Amino acid sequence: MSAFATTAKHIRRSPYQAMAAIVTLFVTFLLIGIFFLSAVASAFVLQYFERKPQITVFFVDKATKEDADALTKKLETTGKTSSIKFVSKDDALLIYREQNKNDPLLLEMVTADILPASLEISATEPKFLADLEPLIKDAQGVEEVVYQKDVVDTLIVWTNAIRWIGGIVAGLLTFNSILIIMTVISMKIALRRDEIDILRLIGASPWYIRMPFILEGGLYGLVGSFGAWMIITVLAVWLRPALLAFLGVIPVIHTLLVSATSTQFVLSSAGFLSGMLLSGLLLGSFGSLIALGRYLKL
Amino acid sequence: MIRFDHVSKRFSGQYDALSDITVQIPDGEFVFVIGPSGAGKTTLLRLLIRDILPTAGTVHVDDWNVHTMPSSKVHLLRRKIGTVFQDFKLLTDRTVFENVSLGLEIVGKKEAEIATRVQDVLELVGLAKKHRSFPGELSAGEMQRTGIARAIVAGPAILLADEPTGNLDPETGWEIFTILQEINKMGTTVVMATHNASVVNDVKKRTIALLHGKIESDEANGRYHVAKHTKKP
Repeated sequence: MSAFATTAKHIRRSPYQAMAAIVTLFVTFLLIGIFFLSAVASAFVLQYFERKPQITVFFVDKATKEDADALTKKLETTGKTSSIKFVSKDDALLIYREQNKNDPLLLEMVTADILPASLEISATEPKFLADLEPLIKDAQGVEEVVYQKDVVDTLIVWTNAIRWIGGIVAGLLTFNSILIIMTVISMKIALRRDEIDILRLIGASPWYIRMPFILEGGLYGLVGSFGAWMIITVLAVWLRPALLAFLGVIPVIHTLLVSATSTQFVLSSAGFLSGMLLSGLLLGSFGSLIALGRYLKL
Repeated sequence: MIRFDHVSKRFSGQYDALSDITVQIPDGEFVFVIGPSGAGKTTLLRLLIRDILPTAGTVHVDDWNVHTMPSSKVHLLRRKIGTVFQDFKLLTDRTVFENVSLGLEIVGKKEAEIATRVQDVLELVGLAKKHRSFPGELSAGEMQRTGIARAIVAGPAILLADEPTGNLDPETGWEIFTILQEINKMGTTVVMATHNASVVNDVKKRTIALLHGKIESDEANGRYHVAKHTKKP
């Protein structure tokens, strides 16, 4: 009888213990998977905003190109700017159209007239932003100034919160899963003590005896993580339109979620599945190994 | 070659189960180990498969010092030594075939080879027609035959039999002994611990008699004296 057949027999004989272990691992991987994807998404969002210009100056409707040029010249003479880009009303419309190309209704309602022209400014060093600020505020035709730093700082706080909370929850659930697997496997070892003794006496190697238990833990991990992946994938497909509306402005997320049958989505999903399965296999096997080390001295 | 050199074994808080045992068993020999219960017969056999370690002295099986060999190699020693137990030690959820094939599975033999070899061994012990039966469906004699088949299926150099006829009626006991003799004729060293006086006295083989953990006698054609070698209730 192969190690796989022996493992299957172990599981068939105590299905409720197996189910307890699988459900625990399923919940663990479901939450770890959700936190992982949230952390990745927040990292993309953060990266997006970090790459944006540090200051965006929006002009009033009546402002002219000359107003923008005058401010540009004034800022350049300080020597503290690394780049200044003028975005006209027409450019703004193009950007808007690109961002909302899948929503014809939104495109119909907006014209270049209602979008503001703007200047996108980056300083050579963040500390110069304070020096540039008075020049911008005093300039003619300026309606609103958006400091990217405020947005990025807020995002960093959120991203770190997701990472910390996710990390702590994942750590606790992983610890709990290992304890459950250890308990289940140690019960199985106790139930099969006679068989183990016989195998030992007739010359079975320690790994021959251990392997079915390790495979059993690994199998719990595989089934639990696969179930979690399925639920997360279904959720992702179901929530895709809402996620696109909320996060579609981020190019990476837009490309990923634009279609549930796109190559990017399928490949990412497959990669995520591989990671989940590998983690499940390792976690389950690790729990078994600890139980074997503790309860099966060969 | 099995060699015990001044071997003693003391279990915690007890008298010496074995005391200063020195004995050699050459390859291919058939040896009875007799003595009353508690004389040290089973302890002697357990030392050979390193189920326990000696308190003093050394046990050698061929070139292996059983005491000092690393734990990671013990299974290799046990594959060299087949063991038959008084209580059979069969896996009750596996058929006769599966119980016997276990001896080959643990060494990683291929299925085809296992099938052929197990069939041969089951024919040798007279169980070919019972290969699909579970232990619960067998008589005590058939269970012991299954145990013997499992012990010899991988072709061990040594066969230890710890009171293999202890749970059997005299006739079945003789059948089991006959099988062990056949195995010995094929070149396997057989060490049989027994209380079966008729077998020992009728076949006249080398007999090591133990008493209170010491060798009382070691004779080429030893005899089992019921009065001396059986513990009175």
